[in-house]
Formats: sequence, structure tokens, C-alpha cells
Amino acid sequence: MDLLHAVLVDPFVQMASLPDFFVQVLWEGLVSGILYALIALGFVLIFKASGVFNFAQGIMVVFAALSLVGLHAIGVPAYLALALCILVMLALAVAVERLVLRPLVNQPDIILFMATIGLTYFLIGLGELIFGGEPKVMITEELGLPTGSFEWETLGGRVIFQAIDIAAAVIAAAMVAGLALFFQKTRIGRALRAVADDHQAALSVGISLQQIWAIVWFAAGIVALATGIMWGARSDVSFALQIIALKALPVLVLGGLTSVPGAIVGGLIIGIGEKLGEIYWGPLLGGGIESWLAYVIALGFLLFRPQGLFGERIIERV
Amino acid sequence: MKLRSWLTGTCLAAALATTAAWAPAQAEDALYVPLMTYRTGPFAGSGIPIADGMHDYLEMLNQRDGGIGGVRIAIEECETGYDAQKGVECYESTKAKRPLMHNPWSTGITLQIIPKAAVDKIPVLSMAYGLSAAAVGKQFPWVFNPPDTYWDGASVVLRYIGGQEGGLEKLKGRKIGFIYLDAGYGREPLPLLEQLAQKYGFELLKYPVPANQMQNQSSQWLNVRRDRPDWMVMWGWGAMNPTAVKEAAKIRYPMERFVGVWWSGGEDDARPAGEGAKGYRTLNFNAVGADFPAIRDIRKHVVEKGLSRVSSPDKVGENLYNRGVMNSVLIAEAIRTAQALSGKKLVTAEDVRRGLENLDIDEARLEALGLKGFMPTIRLSCEDHSGAHPVYVQEWDGKAWRKVTDWIPPMTDVVRPMLEQAAAEYVKANQPWPERTEPCS
Amino acid sequence: MIYREAGQFKTSYAQDQALFPIRQDRYGMAAILATAFVLVPLFGSAFFLNTIMIPFLVLALATIGLNLLTGYAGQLSLGTGGFMGVGAYACYKLTTFFPEANILLLILTSGLFSAALGVLFGLPSLRIKGFYLVVATLASQFFLEWCFNRIPWLYNHNASGAIEVPARSAFGVVLTGPSATPLARYLAVLAVVTLLTLVASNLVRGRIGRSWMMVRDMDIAAELMGVRLLRTKLLAFAVASFYAGVAGALMVFLWLGAAEASSFTINVSFQILFMAIIGGLGSLVGSFMGAAFIWILPMDPADPDPRGTRRLRPLARGRHGRADQLHADRRSDHPDPHSRAARHGAALADRQATDANLAVPLLGQGTAIVGEAHA
Repeated sequence: MDLLHAVLVDPFVQMASLPDFFVQVLWEGLVSGILYALIALGFVLIFKASGVFNFAQGIMVVFAALSLVGLHAIGVPAYLALALCILVMLALAVAVERLVLRPLVNQPDIILFMATIGLTYFLIGLGELIFGGEPKVMITEELGLPTGSFEWETLGGRVIFQAIDIAAAVIAAAMVAGLALFFQKTRIGRALRAVADDHQAALSVGISLQQIWAIVWFAAGIVALATGIMWGARSDVSFALQIIALKALPVLVLGGLTSVPGAIVGGLIIGIGEKLGEIYWGPLLGGGIESWLAYVIALGFLLFRPQGLFGERIIERV
Repeated sequence: MKLRSWLTGTCLAAALATTAAWAPAQAEDALYVPLMTYRTGPFAGSGIPIADGMHDYLEMLNQRDGGIGGVRIAIEECETGYDAQKGVECYESTKAKRPLMHNPWSTGITLQIIPKAAVDKIPVLSMAYGLSAAAVGKQFPWVFNPPDTYWDGASVVLRYIGGQEGGLEKLKGRKIGFIYLDAGYGREPLPLLEQLAQKYGFELLKYPVPANQMQNQSSQWLNVRRDRPDWMVMWGWGAMNPTAVKEAAKIRYPMERFVGVWWSGGEDDARPAGEGAKGYRTLNFNAVGADFPAIRDIRKHVVEKGLSRVSSPDKVGENLYNRGVMNSVLIAEAIRTAQALSGKKLVTAEDVRRGLENLDIDEARLEALGLKGFMPTIRLSCEDHSGAHPVYVQEWDGKAWRKVTDWIPPMTDVVRPMLEQAAAEYVKANQPWPERTEPCS
Repeated sequence: MIYREAGQFKTSYAQDQALFPIRQDRYGMAAILATAFVLVPLFGSAFFLNTIMIPFLVLALATIGLNLLTGYAGQLSLGTGGFMGVGAYACYKLTTFFPEANILLLILTSGLFSAALGVLFGLPSLRIKGFYLVVATLASQFFLEWCFNRIPWLYNHNASGAIEVPARSAFGVVLTGPSATPLARYLAVLAVVTLLTLVASNLVRGRIGRSWMMVRDMDIAAELMGVRLLRTKLLAFAVASFYAGVAGALMVFLWLGAAEASSFTINVSFQILFMAIIGGLGSLVGSFMGAAFIWILPMDPADPDPRGTRRLRPLARGRHGRADQLHADRRSDHPDPHSRAARHGAALADRQATDANLAVPLLGQGTAIVGEAHA
């Protein structure tokens, strides 16, 4: 009885008794959800267009952020560094397509997956070789990103909003909108959708698969850069940052591996769900349950929709 | 496919056969000191300056004095990546070259090595980390953890907090939050803190940070915001530290009430939070800064000759760099003591064990080393392999660490019985544990 | 070509179904076993046994487990590290309760605990497939890791939160703890691994293995042909987890000597998965090859210069190794060994694709037989 009370009643009483804090928890969940969604977005873009489960997305985040900070450290102005960094991601995309994907066309999924793991190690090595293993400070102010925070007096308390979190939300929204427009309204976007639908059919109408793959890897690279800036501003820029990329996996399957809206909705569900779980139910288990809660949430959804919320229905024929 | 498998197998077997016969080369006329370091992986941020400091001091002795007592030091780094599997590999690969001692620099690896130390007769120096109970020399003749154990550290934090509150008895009814890496290292102070919470009547709030959540601590700090503890204590490492400092600044936790252990006090831990980190404090037992004759010698003989791996000369003198230097001071002094005790220049690991046990770095010795005021005077004994030395509290002023207290002694009366009990439990759980046969001298 | 199997006729079903139907295979296997049991103990140094052979065998065992699950039954899993942990902690508790018992028996028993948990965490596989299933196994990985930290009973309320291996023996020989000789430990590991490999090779060539392969290739088709998915999939999870559990217990008791929760992280799961993929999914020999490729090849103990060693480790051993190497390279004259290593990896992945394909023909046979049985 006590247990039931602790699980089913007490958390809600806590939520109601400190409404301002509850809003703060929701907000923090939302922000981390957005950041998870950004990483997941990088995965989805590549998976949709090429069927490759890109394990290297996490290290791409680190690599992009490191390049940005590294370029700035050698005296390149912040905005120029940002532009150069975008070029670096373009070069990376082209190189990946040329050296990794092209020779492995038509191989089973697991081989391509393995190849991206190889890419991960390559990028870790390259990153350590060029930038060293020390953690670095993200150049938040130099990039013109807002710092500081606002307070909102409400519900008998206060809710603190970090300016950088709001900026993250805005940038993420702009990015998703931009990607959506790009997919829906441009020639390349149409080609991308065609490739996502059916590789062979797309090839037969004259769409260059190689070009499309380079473009999606580039898009994923830009998403990685944005993610790197945001996460870097929250903690620091170090190789440990790639661990958080694992957090994108539950988001990804929850939303469906091929769905951009799925990545976003999934990110928000996971972000808010795990914060609520950790704060209100975590103490029952001694805290720290965030490390696995996201996966359990995703698992719960999957049991009812095995293809994720927005994934394409899996139809199997014998 | 079969065929290729056999071919590959044959090649592998051949490769194995060649390696099987191989025995590592041995340095006959040098003092072989392997350093287990980690310049990569999630903890590299803390590992790199430590590795640099350790290496550079020993290299400086080589360059300036031609080693210790005229015998060169053969320094070899073995990258562990803070990983247990690699730790064993490093241990085994260096063992054959007869090392004088091991510096594992990871609690996990230390725990693996401790039982082997007595069998292989190689002392282990785990400077203020590893198994706290190893301070009891009677049960652990081969393991040394000066200058303090985590329990000493936790007791100093409480002494400091008590001092700020106007006396330990004023802690009654206060709330002290403890945010820690959810691993053996972070959980180690818990028994002591719980015991002291009972004794002084404060409430202990626990905020574990799972290792894969180190950079994502907003939940923990939301809880802190809700619970409003009067003080926060942190046992963090690697990427956990800067994130925690940032999050604390974010929820506007008063920084002067946030105290970290000595492993949470790197410059890179506080710097990313910028102005927000001002006032954050940590324990420390080595001085920060390059204004010591020995450190200047490192600059002159090692860094300027390009023999160091530091990314910029400014790094020399930073906190964790100096921590590495201090570790190497202990190594070098133990070897020197061993040379004096045994009368040999080329000492063995057994001699170095005796050297560590009789380590006595007093003020005069520190001055002679060019390290006056760099660290507490260190004195170990047969019974006490840690020494419960005093530590001080430093504060981040926005640019550098500043010493804000005098040296504070740990609560030996509370800690020592716990250490002895833990040592007894360890021995009981690991029967048959070898009796100490080494004489005290 | 080293050998051809021409001229070896099988005149009975039993001959055809033999474990090693080809004579050269039999001789080869005998030679390998003789090397492993006689030559290596005779000539191997302590270093060789401790840091090469024992880890290699332990990792190969875990790889075999994962290969049964992923390569044969087609269920992708990233929970190996967690299940190895279950085996290790179970064994630790067992040695606490039964200090006098034969340690090898305890190690094998501890596999049963992880098998039971494997069944539990394998349940979602009935509904979720492919990369989606990976998330389910990741849930088990992270949950188990959390348990290793959070249930002090598992590590006997040890203040350091770790499990330390006490001295235990089997058949009167001390096998664990610091005083156990490398030779004794090596032979113990070798015996367990040989036994379990034999069991595995019998499993996969029999009815169970064939139903696994049917499920791998298309579970719906298999179900239509009368393979019971629930039982087959869960059995695969149970067996794989058993192997992982035994490997975990061996890893802590006969190799590492102590462990904390961080010894069984997701990195271990990845390590084992790479070994399985590189060695070849659906191949038991490949499991050994993969383990050797990732564990042994990067070591180059013939070169005592630490800066020159571990040239190949980058690709193989993951990030820490790589960087060790990179830092070494920073000061030496090899600017970038990675492109080479990466190419090598790609070539390997390439080759391995054919390996996986080669496993397919077997299935036809399996299908036919099962079909017959239910006709």
C-alpha cells in the first residue's frame, strides 16, 4: 500500500505542491529533448537516404565542435571559423561518400554499420591528433549566442530560463523548418525523397545516388555542428561528449528510424519523460535511473508500435 | 571459406609462436619506473596534465641530476585509457621488466593490482585514490596511498563546513548535498559521511551521477534546486566536474558553499563556467603555480628542450600538472630513501617498498628539493601507509586557484577505526590473505 | 589451396553429419588442440599467457555467445557487457556462499543466472526486430550496469564498490587469486572454452541451430514451417547469455582479478560485437579469429619500443588504444597510420560479407529437414 502510494500518488502531490518547480522540470526536459532530437535528426537523415545506421554521428558532433573551437584558437574570427567548419563538414561528407560508402554499395546493413564504426575510430584518432585530448571551452559569446538567464515569476515561485537554451530551441526549430523546406521545395529535396523511397527506382530516373549521399552526410554534418555548439555550451567540448550520442538511439527508435518528425517528437517524449521520471520517481530507486529510463520508455512504446511512432509500417512477406 | 580460415589461423599461430618466445627487454642499469597514464578517453581531460606532470619531473631529474643518486630513471608510459582490461595488460607487460613500483592512476586498476602486489613483490603507490583500507600497513604492506584517503578528505570537507558554520555542532539540522560519480570512487566516502551525519545531526542528500550521464546533469541539479541543501560536496572526475560547476552556476547555487574533492579541482573543471564558477572551492594538497625552483627547473630542463608533451608551457604549474609532479616527488624520494637504506644505487622493488614505508619528507627536505610550501611534509610509517596529512581548501577566483584556508587536519579519530575495520573486512573476504612478513624498519 | 576434400566419400548419414566431416579438418583441429594444450603451456611465458592467451580465449567465448545470438539466430544485441557482468557477480556471490566448492563448477553455474536474465530481456525480441531490438538490449545493458552499482548486496557491501576475487581452487589446484599460476589459469580457461565451443558447434549443426538460422533468415517463414518462435528466440537469448555469463565470470576470476560496474560497460558490448562482425557472423571459427584480430593483432610484443608498438591497435581496440598509438606517433615519424588501418578494416569487412553469405546455403538443408518433419 505504501509502495503504491509512493508510486502512484506521491509524485503527483509533489508536482502539484511546487508548480513552479514542475514547470522548470518540464522546461529542462524540453531542452534536453530538443538536443536529443538534434542528434537523432542526424541519424535519420542518413538512414532515410542511404539505409546506413550511422554510428559515427556522435563523434561527428565532437569533431565539428572541436574544429570550430580549434580554428578559433589559432586566431580565426568566430564567424569565419563557423563558415570554415561548415566547409570541413562538407569535405568530410564527400570523403565519406568516396572512401567509405562507394566501395561498399550493396553490402548488407551490418557491414555498413561496421564501416561507420570504423569511421568513428578514425575520427577519434584524427581529432586527438589534431586537437589533442584536452577538453576545450565552447566559444559561446564569440559566436554571438546569448548567455545569462531570465526569471519568470509565476505560480508562487520562479522559473529560470537560460538564454542559451532558448537559443538552442530556436535554432533547432529553424533547422528543422529549413530541412523540411529543403526536402519539400527543392529539386535536390525531391531527389532525396525519391532515393529514400526506392534506391533502384531513383537510379533509373537518373538521380545520382552518390551525390545524394554526399548531400545527406553534409546535412547530417551541419546538424552535428549545431548539436556540438549547443552541448559544448552546456558542458565542455571533449571526447566524452560522444557518449551522449547513445541517448539518441532510444529517441530514434521511438520516433521511427526514417521519420524526421518522429525524431523530434521522440526527442521531446524522451527528454521530458526521463526528467519527470528521474525527479519524481527516481528517488524511490535511489536516483540515477536516467541512464536507462530513456531506453525503457522507448521499449514500452515499441511493444505497441514495433516500427516506432512514425516509422514506416513493417510489412513482411514470405 | 574454410581454407581461408585455416590460412589465417596458421598465420595467427605463427605470429603467436614468435611472440610466445619473446621476453621483454630489461633495463639493467636504470631505475625502471612505469607510469600508467591515460591521455585518451572520457577522463583524458584530467589524465593528460597528471601524466605530463609525472613524466616531466622524473625527466627533469634525469636531465638535471642524471637521475636519482646518479642512476638514470627509465620512464615508460603505458596508456590505460582508464580501462580495467588495459590496466592488466600494462601491469603484465611492465612486470617482466622488473618495475620499482606501480602508479595505476585508476581506482579500478588499483583494486586489480593490490592482491598481486604482495605476490609479485612490487609496491603500489596510489596517491590519494584507490582502496582507502590500504592505509593499514599491517594488512597491506605493499600498498601506499599517501597523503590521504577519501575518508580523510570527506572529514576535512566537513571540518571546513563546520568551521564556516561556526563549529561542527552547528551542523545540526543542516542539509548537506553530496553529488558523486556513481561508481566505486564516488560512493567510497558515503559510509563516512553517513556516520558523521548521524554524529553531528545533519541531513545527507545524495545525488548520484551515472558515468554515462556525466555531461547531462540537469536532473541532479534540479533536485538540488528543489532540496536547497545548505552545502554541496562533490566527488567528481573527468567531464563530470566542469558540467557540475556549470549546472551549479545555472541554478544559481551559491558557489562558496560548493566544495569538491581534490580530484574536482582542475583548472579545466572551473574555467568553462567562466565568471559563474567564481567562489567554487575544492580540497587540495599540492600548491598551484610555477613559482617553485623545482618547477622552474622543469621548464628549463624539460619543457624548453622539447622533452615534454605539454600542449603549452602555461600548463606547467596548473593544479593537476602539479599533482602529477607531487606523485613523482613521492616516487623519487621513495627511491632515494631506498638507496640510503639499502646502500645500493640500483635498488630493487623490495628496497623501494622499504623506502616508501620510511618516507620522511620534512621541511628541510622540501626546501632542498626546491619545493618549499609545495606540499605538506609527508611521513609514512609501518602502520600507516597514508598518513592522514593535512589538506587545504582553494577557491576559484575566475582565473586561477587561490588558497583560502590553512592546512586542515583530517578527523583521524573517526577515520582510522573505519580504515582498520575496512582492512579487516577486506582480509576476511579475501582469505587466504598473506600475513605480513616484511619487518618494520 | 592447402587441401582438397576430393576423394573423401561419405557412405552413411552419420559420416555426413560428423562434427568434422573432412579428414583435414579433423587433423587440423587435433593439431590446434595439441598446440593449445601442450605446446603453449610448454613454451608460453607468463606474460604471453596472462595478457594474450587468457584474454583471447575469454573474449572468444563471449564472441561465440553473441555469434550464436546474432550470427545464427539473427537477433542483434548490444547487451553482452551487461550479461557478462551478471555472470561475474553471480559467480562472486556463489563463491561467497560456497567457498569450498569447485570454482569451475561455480563459473559454469553462474552462466545459468545470466541465461535466466537473458530470457527475460529477450522477451521483447518476439515483437521487435533489427535495429529496434538493439534498443531493447541496450535497455538491459544500462539497467544491469545500474544494478551492479546500486545493489550493494551484489558486491557484499564492499566500501570500494568492487568485487575482488578471493583465492579459490578446483581439483586441488588454486585457480583464482594472486597466487594462482598463469599456467593453471590458462588451462582452466582453455578447458572451459574448448568444452563450450564443442557444445556450440553441436548446437548449431543440429535441430536447434537450424531452427535458429531459419529464424534469422525470415522468422515469419520459419514460423509457418512450424518453428516455434517463442521457444527458438528465447533459447537463443538464453544460450547466448549463458556463454556471456561464463565469459564474464572467467574474465573477472581468471583474468582481471577484480572488477567494478565499469568493467561491464557498453564498451565491452561493442568490443564483443566487433569481434563477432569482424570474425564473421554465423561462424564459430570466425569468433576466434575476430577475438584474435581485435585482441592479439594490435599487440606487437616483439617490438619492445613502446612508441613503435601497437601499430594496428587503433582500428581494433577502440578509442583508447588508438590514441595511445597516436600520441606515440605524434613524436615519431609515422604521421597517420589510420588511413591504412581504415582501409584494412574496410577490406576485412568486405571479405567478411562473403563469409556471412556462405552460411546461407546451410539453411536450405535445415529448412528442408524441418519441412519434412512437419509434412
